[in-house]
Amino acid sequence: MTTVDEAVEIRTLSPSIAPRGTLSAALLTLLSDEPSDAVDSSDLMVLAHAAVRSTPSVLRDEDIQLSLFLLYGLHYGSLPGVSDNWEWQTGLIDVRQVLERAFESKLREVVPVPELPLPTRSAVARALGELTSAESGPSLSRYMAKKATDEHLHEFLIQRSIYTLREADPHSWAIPRLTGRPKAAIVEIQSDEYGAGREPQMHSTIFANTMRSLGLSTSYGHYVDDVPAITLASLNVMSFFGLNRRLRGAIVGHLAAFEMTSSIPNMMYGNGFRRLGYDATVTAYFDEHVAADAVHEQIAANDLAGSLAEDEPALLPDIFFGASACLVVDGLASAHMLESWTAGVTSLRRPRVGSLGGSMDDEALPHGESSFHGE
Amino acid sequence: MENRVSMENKGKVTITPYENGPLIVRGDFEIETADGTPVPKGRRIVALCRCGVSSIKPFCDGTHKIVGFKADGDVPSEMGGAGSTPRA
Repeated sequence: MTTVDEAVEIRTLSPSIAPRGTLSAALLTLLSDEPSDAVDSSDLMVLAHAAVRSTPSVLRDEDIQLSLFLLYGLHYGSLPGVSDNWEWQTGLIDVRQVLERAFESKLREVVPVPELPLPTRSAVARALGELTSAESGPSLSRYMAKKATDEHLHEFLIQRSIYTLREADPHSWAIPRLTGRPKAAIVEIQSDEYGAGREPQMHSTIFANTMRSLGLSTSYGHYVDDVPAITLASLNVMSFFGLNRRLRGAIVGHLAAFEMTSSIPNMMYGNGFRRLGYDATVTAYFDEHVAADAVHEQIAANDLAGSLAEDEPALLPDIFFGASACLVVDGLASAHMLESWTAGVTSLRRPRVGSLGGSMDDEALPHGESSFHGE
Repeated sequence: MENRVSMENKGKVTITPYENGPLIVRGDFEIETADGTPVPKGRRIVALCRCGVSSIKPFCDGTHKIVGFKADGDVPSEMGGAGSTPRA
């Protein structure tokens, strides 16, 4: 079903992440050791160039998207077992930039940017409203509300966990890259995402509670091998925008579109879980997002994106590029789930082991007691 | 309008109408039902429904977008003058 180079030996990452081609295999091998003074990343550069030259689609390339995920993971510290000392190893930054150039080139090609409004607060908010309310095909949230099976709900949480167990982190890279009104606005949103000082209310924590209630692991990275390239691409887009200051317009636009397409789908996701008998412990995450994102979308569209366009009109095209990229890439990730399920197959890269068996390292913890969800 | 967190404003409650959307309330405030029962806010900043179709009133749930609610973000200078023109 998927092409994994099984001949490649992979060592001590914990949880172990399997390579998906020659580039990610070489990267995983490298990262399993401490960096030495004389790290030679020239082979990796050759593989990276070869990967971007030969891929039919960067967005769906398993090897490239896993490699980007790993390289960004060095900055989040989300890869257990990988030395912190790799983060600013220049050879890896070079490799990342080769992949990012191909990634951006593909995004610029496939992401439609609408006609730009005037760079004023209200015109930008209005245009973002029009962009994000345009109907774009079948709806994952409607399927979730009406038809999804219990197995689909589990898959949905697994797919979403790649971002949501680190919820809000990619957009937080933007905070020191902004000033004035846009900075105040993004902090207002992110503060809410992080529970406004109350760790049990952090959105990533609430999501972990939901996963745990369904017998799923909340260890970050546990399900990386299960999700396809497009799911990794969804997170990689945010990391790419967030970690490149020149793209601060795009990360702001991405956050605005993300928040503006959240309240109503989350209500429907919650309805899907309620339909199958799950209680408020499980639906709390979705219920929270109905109300929270109704606040965030206003702040994001007006005070964040609108104010940024007023302060820095040159960023206007990237605000809309980022917003549209969010809709396109997350749309592809959602479409993948919907198409798999309607075809009667799993959306994961390998069939899931039963949710109640297996080696869930933290499923024995009582609901709501632990906020452990990551490294 | 945008300078809502000026120093003299600190500690006050502000209610901001957002164009075609809810009222955003910031500051130190509480919400109660008519008989005085506290309504949990769930967060520091809330969005209050002003289109009338939210399923989680008094809070906004984003449904104003589906029904095409239109209302200005600016408030005309005469007291009580509302720029709102609901369209259902």
